[in-house]
Amino acid sequence: MVTLAHCDGGGSLRAPVVGVLALQGDYAEHEVALRRHGIVTRRVRSVAGLAGLDGLVLPGGESTTMLRLLRVEGLEEPLGALLQSGRIPVLATCAGLILCAREVEQPAQRSYGVLDCRVARNGYGRQLHSGTVPVAAERDSELPLQFDAVFIRAPRVLDVGPRCRVLARRAGDPVLLEQGAILAACFHPELQAHHPVTERFVARVRAGLASGTAARSAVG
Amino acid sequence: MTRSPSNVDLASVPGFTPEERLAKIGFCEQLKGGVIMDVVNAEQARIAEEAGAVAVMALERVPADIRRDGGVARMSDPKMIEEIQAAVSIPVMAKVRIGHFVEAQILEAIEVDCIDESEVLTPADEEFHVDKHRFRTPFVCGCRDLGEALRRIHEGAALIRTKGEAGTGDVVEAVRHMRAVMSGIRELRGLDDKELHKRAVAYRVPDELVAWVAEAQRLPVPNFSAGGVATPADAALMMQLGAESVFVGSGIFKSGDPVQRGKAIVRAVTHYDDPKALAEISAGLGEPMVGISARSVPEGERLAVRGW
Repeated sequence: MVTLAHCDGGGSLRAPVVGVLALQGDYAEHEVALRRHGIVTRRVRSVAGLAGLDGLVLPGGESTTMLRLLRVEGLEEPLGALLQSGRIPVLATCAGLILCAREVEQPAQRSYGVLDCRVARNGYGRQLHSGTVPVAAERDSELPLQFDAVFIRAPRVLDVGPRCRVLARRAGDPVLLEQGAILAACFHPELQAHHPVTERFVARVRAGLASGTAARSAVG
Repeated sequence: MTRSPSNVDLASVPGFTPEERLAKIGFCEQLKGGVIMDVVNAEQARIAEEAGAVAVMALERVPADIRRDGGVARMSDPKMIEEIQAAVSIPVMAKVRIGHFVEAQILEAIEVDCIDESEVLTPADEEFHVDKHRFRTPFVCGCRDLGEALRRIHEGAALIRTKGEAGTGDVVEAVRHMRAVMSGIRELRGLDDKELHKRAVAYRVPDELVAWVAEAQRLPVPNFSAGGVATPADAALMMQLGAESVFVGSGIFKSGDPVQRGKAIVRAVTHYDDPKALAEISAGLGEPMVGISARSVPEGERLAVRGW
């Protein structure tokens, strides 16, 4: 699969390398989803792991656990710098979206503020209220007009600022956001095969790679 | 007629509806690479969350105390569970007795995030486990080997953990159980339909579930560890043996410094394959729980043998 990857990668000679933050959460499911598209994945657990990437995934899991481990591992600032730089495409799902938000409620906690939105953790309720829900894409989003999304103790976007573009909604609530290099979902595209959100992210990674290695992540 | 392994659909899980697979198993996937800590009150729950736990297990007594006190151990008071739910933002799990589906109904009514049908409590039914497909809430169940794991998955468990020997602080039984599950999976590799059918009969589960595991070479649900983990090295050991997360019961709040130990075990699960990091993480943690050798526990007091 990997050997075929360069054939549709815009003339690039190598498969794109996407880092998956692997401190905690469903990083293995993201790896499986990306490998289906011929992407090479690498687990990121240290600052060194952030270098040389063509894309980055902030997976689902528990945002409180991730925040603690980011600080302990010395990743908090380097990851923030990478997110701020906009150098490589980023896919943030569920807990990953919470880490990126401008403001977090229920309860309040620190976040990177690279996604101009305010979110409530577990804003759709406890696990009993988790499930698959059809979401409606905006007409100019280049996504299928309706697709299924798996919400698990999902964050709820309470408001979105002008810098952030809403790509899809669940009964009016924004659930898929894009701001610069960051694509962020309240749900879990990685749990479903060939999800349009995964495909959008992969296309962005390939486009970045095709436009030259200057886009690759650097540390410091 | 058995399904040929080559026809196994790994995108679905035998016996689970697509929605069940996504919502229940999907929830359990989010807990991977994490530590689930036993807590007996809101204060401990806050400490666990602060230490980086991915979830807490709310119960009135940790297994070490259940073992010491004896008597019948039951579901915790819903009031106490609700206090813990109010205190933390991470998922809250709670235990029901094996086969006690009404305790499970009660826990679902108060919206516990995951129900542990647990051998640590006194079994309510010596023949049947809870029919877990009837619930919207995901269940975790313990196992000692692959057959027991598959029986629980067939009943609807969305998460499997080793039983170990809870409340001892001795990891030896958890190791035994994890090795049994992993070698049981490897033994299915390359078997033909007749041989898989024979295994399915022995395990008392449908052929298609055994065929799925033979093909995928893993369980169709996350595979965690529990029962006797007391140190960061114990947690990393279970991860290297194939666990995807670790439950820690008495090991944290029965130790000398629960906060430091909790934080250390959380880091050890992330860096389970990095001995240098583990050396640093293991240093200066104070006294672990005293523990008792699992071998010294009399036959009649062993918790792991509960479950059918």
